[in-house]
Amino acid sequence: MSQPIDTAYLDLDTKDKTFLDSTEMVLNMGPQHPSTHGVLRVILKLDGEKVLGTECIIGYLHRGVEKIGENRTYAMFNPYVDRMDYVAAVSNGLGYCETVEKLLNVEAPPRAQYIRVILTELCRIASHQVWLGTHALDIGALTPLFYAFRDREEILKIFEKYCGARLTTHAFRIGGCIYETYEGFEEDVKKYCTFFLPKLDEYEELLTTNRIWVTRTKKVGILKPEDCIALGVTGPVLRASGVKWDLRKAQPYECYKDMDFEIPTGLNGDTYDRYLVRVAEMRQSVRILRQAVDAIPSGPIMAKVPKVIKPPVGEVYHSIEAPKGELGYFIVSDGSTQPYRVRVRPPSFVNLQALDTMVRGMLVADVVAVIGTLDIVLGEVDR
Amino acid sequence: MLESIRNYLSSGVTPGEAGSQFWATIYIIAITLGVSLAVISMNWLERKILAHMQIRLGPMRVGPHGLMQPFADALKLLIKEDIIPANADKLVFWSAPVVVTMTAFTTFLVVPFGRTHAVTDMNIGVLFMLGISSLGVLGIIMAGWSSNSHYPLMGSLRSSAQMVSYEVAMGLAIVCAVLMTSLRSGTGTLSMIGIVEAQNAQGTWFIFKFFPLGLIAFVVFAIAMIAETNRAPFDLPEAESELVAGFHTEYSGFRWSLFFLAEYSAMLAVSSIAVTLWLGGWLRPFPNWLSGPAWDLAFSLIPGISFLVMAAGCLLGTIRMPKIVQMRAQAIGLGVFAALLALVGLVLLLPGVRERVQDIFWFVAKVACFMYLYIWYRGTFPRYRFDQLMKVGWKVLLPIGLGVLIATALVGMRQELWASIVGVLR
Repeated sequence: MSQPIDTAYLDLDTKDKTFLDSTEMVLNMGPQHPSTHGVLRVILKLDGEKVLGTECIIGYLHRGVEKIGENRTYAMFNPYVDRMDYVAAVSNGLGYCETVEKLLNVEAPPRAQYIRVILTELCRIASHQVWLGTHALDIGALTPLFYAFRDREEILKIFEKYCGARLTTHAFRIGGCIYETYEGFEEDVKKYCTFFLPKLDEYEELLTTNRIWVTRTKKVGILKPEDCIALGVTGPVLRASGVKWDLRKAQPYECYKDMDFEIPTGLNGDTYDRYLVRVAEMRQSVRILRQAVDAIPSGPIMAKVPKVIKPPVGEVYHSIEAPKGELGYFIVSDGSTQPYRVRVRPPSFVNLQALDTMVRGMLVADVVAVIGTLDIVLGEVDR
Repeated sequence: MLESIRNYLSSGVTPGEAGSQFWATIYIIAITLGVSLAVISMNWLERKILAHMQIRLGPMRVGPHGLMQPFADALKLLIKEDIIPANADKLVFWSAPVVVTMTAFTTFLVVPFGRTHAVTDMNIGVLFMLGISSLGVLGIIMAGWSSNSHYPLMGSLRSSAQMVSYEVAMGLAIVCAVLMTSLRSGTGTLSMIGIVEAQNAQGTWFIFKFFPLGLIAFVVFAIAMIAETNRAPFDLPEAESELVAGFHTEYSGFRWSLFFLAEYSAMLAVSSIAVTLWLGGWLRPFPNWLSGPAWDLAFSLIPGISFLVMAAGCLLGTIRMPKIVQMRAQAIGLGVFAALLALVGLVLLLPGVRERVQDIFWFVAKVACFMYLYIWYRGTFPRYRFDQLMKVGWKVLLPIGLGVLIATALVGMRQELWASIVGVLR
């Protein structure tokens, strides 16, 4: 309670003036708030419960990951990227490793590619499970959170058996993987696939046809396809608006071109569609997992990469389909052992910009639902 | 003096009717303690049941199976720092929890736990309960406004709008039950005891009366009462994911625990209304069909036996406890709890006691079912949005309530109606 919030810079248009000429209420939501998913601060301009405009204030979790990258060698920077989107650490590592591989012009051996795809898809399911639990919790359903976290545990166990870490895995290295799969890895993944599908039905039973869930999510936070593209929104949020854009199909990396899967899309671009798209994506991930485990080849897991990585002078941009959307890395090399500049294009940060478009004219409760449906992780937004 | 105190025991009416101030005081104290105990056990039960629904264990550390957790929490709340925000309106801030708690407890004055087990039998019992329980919203508004903060203000505004709109549907549903009481006798009653006796006289709980009309009215009431007590899925005033803690965001320590106490006793109060109006109050199952001394005896043994079964369960738990030194205190605690339950069970089996107490048992058992439903809803449903809540209240429950009221009146008066139609035609 030190000083009043300066709202002059907000500059939100206030068309909905009443004849009583009442003033708008400015509500500060966060950074300590149960449902801003970490330390997001949203300033809401309200007319009663109606949202007239929002302003996101970020940076409470800024750790300067990009700057750290300039002072580490290429290999040393690899574990840092795990700390950005910490619920999908494997995807972050994959994106970074692939970008440096592109810079070095090497390619991971086929076996490494399959291991990478398996782990990344497991990670996608885990990330979506965290999203499902917290999103449902925001809307007031307590129970799915516990179900989702219980089943996510099985994925974390596979990660732990593979590389020893559960959350910030550092599973991949530049040029492939450093760890060979453990004994029974394929069986574990297969077992997980058969274990998980009934559980997914269980989540759906609680939510998909639940009357309150449907009324709370349908026609809430609608994002039109053209708005999505204008705002640069990617991932399930984009696909729920009906745009069939998935980097795994659009510019296949790793062994995704060998995989047979579909891109689930929505029709209306509302919160309910985003929910359905993510649930369908989990099913598709299981499909990919099954194919990948069956087709996993034998062979080396590491490409020929020099001990000291000194990429040629140049710059490269590479992006992958992370669970939350397009995760891109832009690396400038000056020929030394350390990158000259690392720039990350995090999906959460870009998707968060759609918040204002989505909640204008809705109610306060919808802001919470929309923050949940955007599936942001503040570690990635602030970096 | 002593004579009058003793005379009351054989009178068979409530202390209020008998005019016995001594017994009225005893009853008030007993009900206050009983409700507080019920709130404490609800606290534990809610956490346990919700936890088991969510594949967790719930409290396990403080006492055997966390039995002492509510007491530990209460102690913690009592010794917490007492904070009044600098910008708060101190007097209103101070009095809001008192108002809320007072209203929540006052409603229990007319709750009939048995034919003789109510403080008094008012001839406007239902009206009194409704009136007093709707005063609780005043305390919530006071709390929200005096906190001088945005979240509590929004919470209290939501709460007042919600309570006002759901009380209408609730009132209509209650009028249905009151109409039903007037069927055999010709004159209806608002007295809580009278309503239960009417159900006894008509040989049916009102939930089954004019099937499905009684059931519909009951469902309307059951939905409205959840909204009235601000519980999931209608817990918007304290929606934690939106408004942090709603109207009591700025409260802490003992004042906060008063809100907690009030919320749970309000839940008990509205459940008592529901049980009294639709589920036959203190009446045991099938009092007319399974009548006779043998059945009376059998049913009067059930309270004691159920306590003994619970005691046996606890004893089993004691035996199954891991036999290690660290768990010894817990095992002993659970054993003592089992012994306590067994003792209560045995006392309830005594001939003098069991006739007097079985009414209370059946009433409490029915209320407990409602309490379980409250927890179940909380584990299952997401939360409504404010406008949707209003829509459900005004556009769904209110028309249904009105319709069922008119239908009940028409069905109840069908003979007179028929006679008058025939008369007109002639």
